[in-house]
Order: sequence, then C-alpha cells, then structure tokens
Amino acid sequence: MIRLERLNIRLFQRRKTLILAKDSKAPETMIIAKGLTKVYGDFKAVDGIDFTVTRGESFGLLGPNGAGKSTTMKMIAATSQRSGGDLLILGKDPNDQGPEIRAHLGVVPQQDNLDRELKVWENLMIYGRYFGLSRKWLKVKIEELLDFAQLADKRNSKTEELSGGMKRRLTIARGLVNEPEILMLDEPTTGLDPQARHILWDRLFRLKEQGVTLVITTHYMDEAEQLCDRIMVMDKGKIMAEGSPAELIKNYSSKEVLEVRFGSDNNAQVAKELEGIGERLEILPDRILVYAEDGEQCLEQIIKKGLHPVTSLVRRSSLEDVFLRLTGRTLVD
Amino acid sequence: MSSASIRQESAIEIAESRKGKLGAGVYSGRSRVVLERGYFALKSSTWAVVASGFVEPLIYLVAFGYGIGQFIDGVVDGNGNPISYAQFIAPALLATSAMNGAIYDSTWNVFFKMHFGRIYNGMLSTSLGTLDVALGEISWALLRGLAYAIGFMAIVTPMGLVPSWWGLLAIPASVLVAFGFAAVGMGITSYLKHRQQMQYIQLVMLPMFLFSGTFFPLTIYPEPIQWFIQALPLWQAIELIRGLTLGILNLAMLGHVLYFVVMIIGGLYFTTRRLTALFLR
Repeated sequence: MIRLERLNIRLFQRRKTLILAKDSKAPETMIIAKGLTKVYGDFKAVDGIDFTVTRGESFGLLGPNGAGKSTTMKMIAATSQRSGGDLLILGKDPNDQGPEIRAHLGVVPQQDNLDRELKVWENLMIYGRYFGLSRKWLKVKIEELLDFAQLADKRNSKTEELSGGMKRRLTIARGLVNEPEILMLDEPTTGLDPQARHILWDRLFRLKEQGVTLVITTHYMDEAEQLCDRIMVMDKGKIMAEGSPAELIKNYSSKEVLEVRFGSDNNAQVAKELEGIGERLEILPDRILVYAEDGEQCLEQIIKKGLHPVTSLVRRSSLEDVFLRLTGRTLVD
Repeated sequence: MSSASIRQESAIEIAESRKGKLGAGVYSGRSRVVLERGYFALKSSTWAVVASGFVEPLIYLVAFGYGIGQFIDGVVDGNGNPISYAQFIAPALLATSAMNGAIYDSTWNVFFKMHFGRIYNGMLSTSLGTLDVALGEISWALLRGLAYAIGFMAIVTPMGLVPSWWGLLAIPASVLVAFGFAAVGMGITSYLKHRQQMQYIQLVMLPMFLFSGTFFPLTIYPEPIQWFIQALPLWQAIELIRGLTLGILNLAMLGHVLYFVVMIIGGLYFTTRRLTALFLR
C-alpha cells in the first residue's frame, strides 16, 4: 500500500511537470471536429457533429445505445475513417497519419480484446512492444501499471481467470503502456458490479488528477457526473446539448424533481389533475416526474388536491432528467 | 529504479520516425513484434497439436515409402537413373509438410484471431500498420513450415532419402514454399466470414496433396489434366524440392521460384488491403 502511494505521488509529480511546461501556452486543443460524419450504407451513424477537447480535460459522450458514441470514438482513435467533415487529433489528420495518432492514444474498447492466449504480464509487454517500446523500459513500466491496476499478484494469471472488473483494469493498464496523452474509454463500467465500478472510477479519477485527457462514452449518468468535466449529449448521431454536468442540469432541468407513482394504470389519468404544479411534468409509464425548485412543496400541493400517491420521492435533478428533456426518452431502456 | 530513468523514445517519436517514408500508413517496420506475440502464445499452447504436423508426413513416408514402396519397382529420377520409391516421395512429403504448417497457422489460427480473439483489433489500435500485422502473421506461419521442414530433413537425410548435396537447399526452398502458402492462406482467410467456409480450404488441400505428383508422376494423366495440376502450387513446390533432393537442376526451377514469389506478393497485398478494410475503415 505504501508502495502504491509512493508510486502515485511519483506519477503525479511527473505529470505535473508535464502540465506546468504546457501551462505557459493557452489551453491546448487535443481534438477538434467540424461537421464530423460517418455513414454506413444509407444510415448516418454520426451526423455532422462539432466539438473540441482541450488538454487535461475529461470529456464525456453521453447517450443511449446507437447514439453514435462508439463510432465517434473509433474515428478519434483512427480505427474508422470518417465519411465527411474535418477531424484533427493533436493537429494530425487520422486519414493519413493513423499510426502516428494511435501512438498518442490509449484505447479501452467496449468489448474486451485482451489477448486470451497470453498471461496478464505478457499482455502488457506485448502491447508495449506493438508500439516499438524497448523490453527493458517496459519491464519497469509494467510494474508501475500492475500496481496502478491492483493486479500485481495476478501477473502470471491467464486473462480468463480474471473477474470482469480486473479485466477492465488490465485493459486500462494496457491502454496506458505507451504513456498516452489521450485515454479513450468506451463504456468503461458497463457490465461491472457496483464495487468494481467504484474501484474503476477511483483509478480513472487518479488519471484525471495526473492530467491525462480522458474521453469517455457512457450511458450511465452517475458515471458522467463522477468523471466528466464536460459532457456532450448525443442522440441519433447528433449533439443535443453540451456543457458541464452542473450547467446542463441548470439549463435543461429544475433544481429538484418530485417522483410520484399512482400505480401503472392511473398515472396518465392523474397527470391531468397535476397540471400547473411545478415548472414542468414528465409522464412516464411507471411514474410522473414533477420538475420544480422545491419538491416537498409540490408534494404538499398534490396531497391538498386530495390525491394520494402510492410512493413519492424528492431528489435533485440529474443528467438523466436532462436527457429525458432533450429527447423525450430515458437513457437506459 | 523507475521507468523514467531508462532512456526510451516515446511511442510518438517511434511512430513519427517513419513519417514520409514509403507505406508509412500501413507499415511501421515492426512486424517482428507480431512474431514475439506468437512466441508468447506458443509457450502456453498445446505441444501435441504442434508436434502432430511434424509426425504426419513421417507416417505417410513409412506407410507409402516403405509399405507400398516394397511392391513398386522401376522408379527413375528425371535423368532416368533408378531411385527408390521412398526417395521419390520424400521431397513431396517435405513440400506438403511445409504447406500444411503454413496453411494451419495462416487459416485456422488467423480466422480465430480475427473473429473470436479480436487480436488484430488490439494490434491495430496501436501504432502498428496493417502490413506489419500481415507480414508478421505470415512470417509466423512460415516459421512453423520451416520447423516442420527441418525436422523432416533431419530424419530423412540419414535414411539416405536425399541423395544429392543440393538437397540442403531444400530447406530454404521449403521456407519459400511455406511463405507462399501462408501469404495466400491468410489472404483467403481474411475474406471468409463463417467457420463453414474454412472447410473449403480443406476440400482443396487434400486432393491437391494426393494428385500433385506426390505419389506418382504426372505422366499417367491425360494432357489437359497435367496442365491443370501444373498450375497448382503444391505441384510447383514438389517439383522444386524434388529437383533439389535428387540433384537434378534445370531452368524450370526458376519458374517455380517465381511462382512462389508471385504468391507471396499477391498474398501480402490482398491481406493488407483486407485488414485495412476490416479494421481501419
């Protein structure tokens, strides 16, 4: 544990000097996309999107499955060619500088593609070798990465013997072997249990502190809130909104949300009587959402009308509400 | 010791060093690291499977060369000198084992890595190019062909089945043959989508093995069939290697060499193109 702390301090200090050196300049643009488009046959997976990512930022792509997040990631990672628009990663065009761009990046794909024929240590070694790094340098680097990923005692295990969370941490460690400037994470915690998710978030948060630029796709709003400085909400290949989690909530939702349930058959009926309460209503099949500054006060108003919800809950607005407002649909369905 | 204290060019510097050079988008000059991956995987693979490819031609040699061979007289080499039947089929079995070794790795193994292991997905997320992957995988397949060839030669030479000193060149010739088969094998495999389609490769391999002048000379066929068989790669390989082990050299052998050079270049070209289309489009 002590060793781990020391390591983190060392990594942190090294990154800090790196950042300080860059700080003299204006914020550096890592990724810039203008009218970025990807077409498969007659299906527009990504439909003319514009965005920029600056150094040290943690940038999230939030949207449901099929929103075009993964396709966008692949285009940034120089493993999928754009159909239209402009894209520059560190000033380089992925269409003709693919290998050079990929040298800057760490990629953690949605579907694990660890080398199942190789052991944990070998996976890291060979991945570093793919980048042309020397064995001698890698041997030391791998120890740092195994500690970081909390996998030091699994170095000789086959990857099949690892749990889902361990596999994902190994994939992240693998993505860091070339000391990338941008780490790309596609749905990093999908399919993991809550404890494994929290361990992973902790590791990613440390990377963020060290100044690594993160690009993350997710359809979990809590993940986006935890990890992202800035979020781009995507749906059907288009950008619906962009901003920090707080800004998005402020702009597209109210401070609080009151959730009331009147039973599945009654919700729609009762909703008519709730008109005028709060700022806005959202009627879902299983519940009614009342957006308001003060949720408790709305609940009192409802009860005064003689309506008695089966359950009620007052909570703060989240990105889920933002998404619902923007698209009329929930994120995970 | 920290990794920072060891001098190491960054991955970016390494990648940029090929900037502006020929084929920079598809080739980083690092296909050898694909071989290193093969070595790691081999260490934990089932050795019995690897060894079986080596034993197979020896079984044929014993069964046909010494079993059936006892009933066969009057075998002559290209100059009309009498040779034993085992001497006649040994080079053909060598060519076949080079082919089998190369095909095994470049078809089944490549198919698995491409569709189930997602190995090339990983490789092509790094600064490696598609030609690195193609060349590395094909070289790995040809190494298996080479290993089988050396093993086979080490057994048949003391048995007196390689009468000529030219026979030493049968080993580099086997490398050439294995390279050709591996390149075309991977090229074809990269276009296949279903496991069933892989059976077609077997469907071609077995008859080619039996009828390419392996166990009897082509002269027993009618002329049009002879032309057809002469166009097949295994016949080209057997002629080349048989000429060397029996020490009967002629200009036609240059033609056989050229045939395999074309196979190598064609196979590499199509594999690289296909990998780019599959993983980088």
